[in-house]
Amino acid sequence: MTTTAASVLGALAEVYDPELDEPITRLGFVASCEVSTDGDVDVVLRLPTPQCAPNFAFLMAADARKVVRELPEVREVTIKLEDHYTGAEINSALGRGEGFAGAFPGETVDDDLAALRELFLRKALVARESRLCEALLADGATPEEVTARRLEDLPEDIPDARRCVELRRRLGLAHAPSEPAFVLPSGEPVPAAELKRWLRTARLVRMSLEVNGGICRSLLQVRHGVAIDDPEEVLQ
Amino acid sequence: MYEKNGEKYFVVDEHMHFWDASPDNWVKGQEQYAKGWIECFHAYMGLGPPETHWTFEKFSKQTEEGFVKDVFEDAHIDFGIFQSTYLKGWYTDGFNTLERNRQMVDKYPDKLIANGRFDPREGEAGLKQLEEDHKRYNLKGVKVYTAEWYNGSRGWKLSDPEAQVFLDKVKELGIKNVHAHKGPTIWPLDKDGFDVMDIDVAATRNPELNFIVEHVGLPRIEDFCFMATQEPNVYAGIAVVLGGLMYARPRFFNKVMGELLFWVGEDKILYGSDYAIWEPKWQIEGFLDWEMPDDPEYADYPKVTTESKKKILGLNAAALYDIEVPAELQLKNGGTPAAKDDALLVETD
Repeated sequence: MTTTAASVLGALAEVYDPELDEPITRLGFVASCEVSTDGDVDVVLRLPTPQCAPNFAFLMAADARKVVRELPEVREVTIKLEDHYTGAEINSALGRGEGFAGAFPGETVDDDLAALRELFLRKALVARESRLCEALLADGATPEEVTARRLEDLPEDIPDARRCVELRRRLGLAHAPSEPAFVLPSGEPVPAAELKRWLRTARLVRMSLEVNGGICRSLLQVRHGVAIDDPEEVLQ
Repeated sequence: MYEKNGEKYFVVDEHMHFWDASPDNWVKGQEQYAKGWIECFHAYMGLGPPETHWTFEKFSKQTEEGFVKDVFEDAHIDFGIFQSTYLKGWYTDGFNTLERNRQMVDKYPDKLIANGRFDPREGEAGLKQLEEDHKRYNLKGVKVYTAEWYNGSRGWKLSDPEAQVFLDKVKELGIKNVHAHKGPTIWPLDKDGFDVMDIDVAATRNPELNFIVEHVGLPRIEDFCFMATQEPNVYAGIAVVLGGLMYARPRFFNKVMGELLFWVGEDKILYGSDYAIWEPKWQIEGFLDWEMPDDPEYADYPKVTTESKKKILGLNAAALYDIEVPAELQLKNGGTPAAKDDALLVETD
């Protein structure tokens, strides 16, 4: 099986913006993707502004490099972050196969940014759970019915449900099909009596992630003239 | 003063600039940052209505004539507050320094205020400069920009002990308002650079000061709301919420305003245009026309009344800055704008 531009894009669809919890392909962050006849892969990433936070930018570029290198018959992999004010540091560290501390020597000791990742995985879980929960309540379910749901009760064709399982797996939280569908970041189930209060804060987190995604899409459209798959418009 | 449907609104624009980002002002060797910064701002202008977009050349440097037309003639702003931002590492004479903003204040002293600034990394010299600025201009507020680069450092926090020295100086001088902008920061590099917890710490330590968080802490609106709901002296500056969302993403605008009204309250929300990123006229008119749609999606949010809009558009900022408001433009119900207690009454259920 040979790697093609399409299969590279397929792999990149599994790379998420850690801050927005959306695939970089859907956000329009992949500017180009080329595979040579020898199997060398060149991917160019671009972010909404040159000032986007370097730590998140690094994570996306590093994750992109990792998934592409795992593809069959791939030789050299070059991930280039363009039009970013720390692009030079990030690109050269990735080229040397180094982590975050390699990109910014003397400015950080946290090479894999694990704590930063975890903080945003938790936000993402809260946001996705609130979307699922609101949909159930809108369909007429009671708080008791909602909090009694298990992961296996959630429809499999809903991306939020699949992503919740993945986020729980990555956070080290129980995620077997028989586990409660709605849990606090501690892993404890959301109690029915607390559901409304929990949802009030959870939907604020959800709104923040969605609004930031909206601003990113708007800026990319203004700067590069690209129409990007937009969940907000799909909903309307 | 803006009049609509027989109602009169006193308008204070709490977030304005009068910048020079033209190529002549770019620091040698730092051109890519100077250019990238202003290009990024120009892209934000693209989120407003197309008829309000400017060419990049016009956008790079404001003129007095343009400012007077956009701000006083077209938008009828009663008072504008400049948030001085230096960025001297990238712009030779600074981006919009206190001195540059004062050029406009000196010409229109009854309609404009220029805030000072400080940067704790400047140490003793910075403290002395703050004193001199205050002596010369009688400052009522300062803008702090924690993402600024300085001598190899890529940022600072309001909770730093060095910052508290400056906050003590601010209080000693009798300055009341601290406008905090987290900015597109990159420090600490391995943490969330947009985290607003340092403002929380500073607000608790300095209850005499008002902390106005610019751009409602974007992109961390959620952290900002959780913090502001607990701190009586923390306010929300809504520049960018209006300019960046009201036209481009109206559904998100409804939700952000709804959440702010719920968590922060109408007494603690301050209108700002972020001029010259966006012209104020369409923002003010759009906000006066705006109503929360009658839709189950928004049913939980507090009601928005004419009084709410009067507070947000000007009366709250006027209270923080001791700006005199004519009797006919004050609240009709006898309420007090910018009331701190309101924040404590917000319930989460």
